[in-house]
Amino acid sequence: MTIEAIQEDLIDEFSMFEDWEERYQYMIDLGKTLPLIDEQYKTQDNIIKGCQSKVWVHAEMKDDKVVFTADSDAIITKGIIAILIRVFSNQEPKDIIAADTDFIDAIGLKEHLSPTRANGLVSMIKQLKMYAIAYQTQLN
Amino acid sequence: MFNVETIRKDFPILKRQVNGKSLVYFDNAATSQTPQQVIDVIVDYYTNYNANIHRGVHTLSQEATDLYEQARLKIQKHFNAKASHEIIMTSGTTHGINLVASGFTALLNEGDEIIVSALEHHSNIVPWQMLCERTGAILKIIPMNDEGELLMSSYTDILSEKTKLVFVNHISNALGTINPIKVIIEKAHAVGAAVLIDGAQACPHVRPDVQALDVDFYVASAHKMCGPTGVGMLYGKEEWLKKLPPYQGGGEMIAEVTFQNTTYADLPHKFEAGTPNICGGIAFGAAIDYMNAIGFDKIAAYEHELLDYATTELLKIEGLKIYGTAKEKTSVISFNLDGIHPYDVGTLLDKMGIAVRTGHHCAQPIMDYFKIPGTIRASFAFYNTKEEIDALVSATKKAQLMLS
Repeated sequence: MTIEAIQEDLIDEFSMFEDWEERYQYMIDLGKTLPLIDEQYKTQDNIIKGCQSKVWVHAEMKDDKVVFTADSDAIITKGIIAILIRVFSNQEPKDIIAADTDFIDAIGLKEHLSPTRANGLVSMIKQLKMYAIAYQTQLN
Repeated sequence: MFNVETIRKDFPILKRQVNGKSLVYFDNAATSQTPQQVIDVIVDYYTNYNANIHRGVHTLSQEATDLYEQARLKIQKHFNAKASHEIIMTSGTTHGINLVASGFTALLNEGDEIIVSALEHHSNIVPWQMLCERTGAILKIIPMNDEGELLMSSYTDILSEKTKLVFVNHISNALGTINPIKVIIEKAHAVGAAVLIDGAQACPHVRPDVQALDVDFYVASAHKMCGPTGVGMLYGKEEWLKKLPPYQGGGEMIAEVTFQNTTYADLPHKFEAGTPNICGGIAFGAAIDYMNAIGFDKIAAYEHELLDYATTELLKIEGLKIYGTAKEKTSVISFNLDGIHPYDVGTLLDKMGIAVRTGHHCAQPIMDYFKIPGTIRASFAFYNTKEEIDALVSATKKAQLMLS
């Protein structure tokens, strides 16, 4: 699936929720199902700075696609990570670099996009794109 | 008579809606809200008196200077300083601490010792580490126990003739512990050391008497006591303020300048370089008036009632643990829910209109002591109510349900 198609799916799913409670409950449930990062990658180097909760991200290339795994010690943050991984993992670097992030607003999580908010969603997206840029450079 | 409903009418922000819910503001230890009486003074200043002070012969400048100096007198009276020139206007507590730390560079020698407590805010540790780097002095720490109380016997053990300065907060921001500063000061003086007390968290709840305490330096911020941000005060005993060299160079702090030499102004201006926060200083005075009109005894008694009520009600929640259970504490409750990250709880409480602080509260060493990433901190002011505490309790239960 393309990044755009996945984003469309997410927007559809979130449009079914009537209020913040249902939206957050869904994110919490997503957080609980997030495939965990391999323990060996939970290193200081893989921590994303700027988050009030700890976030680890690991990236590797498989068949010309970037595969992300991640974890956090806070469950709502894990839910956000699960959404990001669904959108950005298993995609080609050039598509990750080109992807926009308007869907965050469309699924009602705009408040998490503010750079002053200490949950680091902005830092996470930046970090995923940085990995994609690094891999793209290798491919070129 | 203390009537919280009447008092609440003074605070326009309390009528605000957040995320569709009535705001419940429980982040008072970070900053307090501002009553209309203080907002009016700020508007009045910019509407009628805005001018630079201490250097104009024109009427506006003199009026502004009078108002600013009246504020200094209010602060002097409030803290019971002997003289108004012992009150230095600052940009806040951190500024006051750095001013003293910088001044002590000239007074310390290698091997001298500075004592700080384990209950300190980051901003209170860094200036002393920097001072130690500059002078070769050694930093010693008064440890705390599981309740969040300082171990006074350890304090006595580390005090010696080498101790030159002791620095402790009056009340801990993370746990609310009220420290026995009178005893701390007496013991420090017995070995000839000076004492600086950080009153940022204490001043919203108590009225410190610097002469009765016999404290050498005391710092506070206006924004934690119903005043604006960016202004605060440093009290220093005259003898100490004369001993310390000026902190920053600039206008206002000089008596005479030639290219060869400068003579410094007398106290307090020696430490007040540049144009100060004039409006903020005047509003600080108004905030002190406002709080004194209600009365600190009544404020403290009511807040204690809120603390007891909140402690009892929160502890009814299964798996809730309170950090900081000192016998003497103010209206701050730091807590966690078993197995749940404080950030998750704080996020959901915000969705329900409740403002609390989550995180390490700039007191990482305290969090390390308890081996936790942080806490949820609810801090109450005299304009909060038991109904708001009920809202916190039910929102916390709901968050727990959603997150389990």
